[in-house]
Amino acid sequence: MSVETETIPRRLGGSSILTNPTIRGIVIQVGLILSLVAFTWWIVTNTARNLAEANIASGFGFLWSRAGFDIAITPIAYTSNDTYGHALVVGIVNTLIISAAGIAFATMLGFVVGIGRLSGNFLIRMLSTVYVEIFRNIPPLLVILFWYFGVLSVLGAPRGLAENVFGVYLTNRGLQVPAVIFSFLAWASLAAFVVGIVATIVIARRNRARQLATGERKPLLWTAVALIVGLPILAFLVTGLPATLEFPTANRFNLAGGIQIRPEFISLWLALSIYTGAFIAEIVRAGIMSVSKGQNEAASALGLTRGQALRLVVVPQAFRVIIPPLTSQYLNLTKNSSLGLAVGYPELVAVGSTVLNQSGQSIEVVCIWMLVYLTISLSVSFFMNWFNAKMALVER
Amino acid sequence: MKSKLMTALLGLAVAALAGGAASAQTLQTVKERGMLRCGVNTGLPGFASQNDQGQWQGLDVDYCKAVAAAIFGDPSKVQYSPLSAVQRFPALQNNEIDMLARNTTWTMDRDTTLGLKFAGVNYYDGQGFMVKKELNVNSALELSGATVCVQSGTTTELNLADYFRTNKMDYNPVVIEAQSDVNSAYDSGRCDVLTTDASGLAASRLELSNPDDNVILPEIISKEPLGPAVRQGDDQWFNIVKWTHYALLDAEELGVTQANVDEMKSSENPEIRRLLGQDKDFGSAIGLPKDWAVNVIKAVGNYGEIFERNIGVNTPLKIQRGQNALWTKGGLQYGMPIR
Repeated sequence: MSVETETIPRRLGGSSILTNPTIRGIVIQVGLILSLVAFTWWIVTNTARNLAEANIASGFGFLWSRAGFDIAITPIAYTSNDTYGHALVVGIVNTLIISAAGIAFATMLGFVVGIGRLSGNFLIRMLSTVYVEIFRNIPPLLVILFWYFGVLSVLGAPRGLAENVFGVYLTNRGLQVPAVIFSFLAWASLAAFVVGIVATIVIARRNRARQLATGERKPLLWTAVALIVGLPILAFLVTGLPATLEFPTANRFNLAGGIQIRPEFISLWLALSIYTGAFIAEIVRAGIMSVSKGQNEAASALGLTRGQALRLVVVPQAFRVIIPPLTSQYLNLTKNSSLGLAVGYPELVAVGSTVLNQSGQSIEVVCIWMLVYLTISLSVSFFMNWFNAKMALVER
Repeated sequence: MKSKLMTALLGLAVAALAGGAASAQTLQTVKERGMLRCGVNTGLPGFASQNDQGQWQGLDVDYCKAVAAAIFGDPSKVQYSPLSAVQRFPALQNNEIDMLARNTTWTMDRDTTLGLKFAGVNYYDGQGFMVKKELNVNSALELSGATVCVQSGTTTELNLADYFRTNKMDYNPVVIEAQSDVNSAYDSGRCDVLTTDASGLAASRLELSNPDDNVILPEIISKEPLGPAVRQGDDQWFNIVKWTHYALLDAEELGVTQANVDEMKSSENPEIRRLLGQDKDFGSAIGLPKDWAVNVIKAVGNYGEIFERNIGVNTPLKIQRGQNALWTKGGLQYGMPIR
């Protein structure tokens, strides 16, 4: 059998419109778009007609009618007199909060455990492995229910609780901590904090320019701590401690006052972070292992310390491997936050299903769910792609 | 929860893809299938729950059986669909079930914008509160500051918000989808108060670890007329469910029971003769056999028998007839005359 090696010359600018590849391509694309539009139009009108025939109200007008139900966690102002639309916005904000908190903790956990899995210390390495193998292999819903029904609800009730001086209570109603109530002068401390950050950035830039020019490195850490932490504290002291602590106190049923973090939030947050953290740990481990040993050796040959080698040579290269799969994990965590429904954390799906049932507008609510998750996911994805492009190897 | 999303998505697909509605033939479809598909609660003792042998029983279940008996003369020809509060209306709208008997409150909104029709009230209920005895609460008006467990997507959730707001009291809602999870959250001490329909409280109390440590407060804060519902647009089917309900009430009023229905056929009382189809054929007007009401009563007894068997004073729920007594005994249950 002989193998054909010669290529067939492509006919350019054919004699007929039918055979011209450019025109044919355009015709197919336009045809596809037209049939997609026609299909969508058919779906929408058919749905509307069927709903009308079944005497089911449709349309998005219900978003402006009174909701009538309360939501347990309201980061933005909401009462039962507000609208369904407003209730859904509360749900979206709760989804964003749990996702952001979960992503932050999962990332921290993932990096610590991922590096731990490569540690020379046997105990740390084994603990990290056990953690990853256990939590990667349990469905997240079970982890959520474990924390909610297994851990947090068996804690004591807030009634008849011994008072403690710190005002921190962990009961089956959640974690109750004192609230700090700032008075007007506290703005000075906030201003000092901003000034501290700006000054640190300026000094860091100047140090960098100096290093590029002369090769001399100046340590920044303690200056930064003094500016960012020290300056606000100083301002706070100078303005005469413009804040008071509000301690939780027991009333007939509950602890009132202070800040309450509800068990629904805690269980969902811990479960999502621990579950996703296990995946991130593996991603981090893979990323670090992808950097060849020679890079480390070359760095020490150049006289970099171990820390510098990690920070300046290994991690930037590992990041390029880590970021794309990390994005997927962030998206997973965001979408898994809809499991909050099981324990009554009022995120978008939980609030949405209440709205769905109270208003009966199931198709509309499902469309809103899809649209919101798509928007959140695309935004996260967009940001991570930007970050990835920034971290990518710049070849000169 | 997955399945609820699936139901909603399925509804989307069905509404989007189905051709013109052919809804006016429910009876025909049910007869061809040989089964009545009935939506019931996932588990509410006394109303709809499964016993040790996996058989469904309860007041709502008996309504499914009654309609099946009216059509087929056989109460066992029912296929039960256990539905959560959120699933129930899409299931009926999408033709997954033929009737919904799931302790569902009759409201104007549901009767108009959801494409449903309520066929009657098989239980007059009202929302109440249950608390732990150790809290020494005697009235719902003392509940300011309490944490309240409630099922999501119910009229209960709305009444709760209204009641606390109008009485200028604060509360922390804990809103969970499944009633069983709501109950266990209350049982574990996550909430101080459990609220649902009074009948539901009586049923939920039985499932708590120490039922006697809990007390139901005297306040009833809402009207919850519970009843079976069907889709709009099929008057014949609506009439079948409605008149099955009235036949059960009329039978109680006339003293026709599961035990004596056969001998009552030879009664001289013209009302009894009409109910049992002895003089004129009322069944054909709703597409059913002449002796449809006889079959219903033979299968499940009259309304009073259904009540006493499932939730009455001799059952663990120990519910008095109260508002659900016949109008002749000071209650609200009033069967329209069959004539």
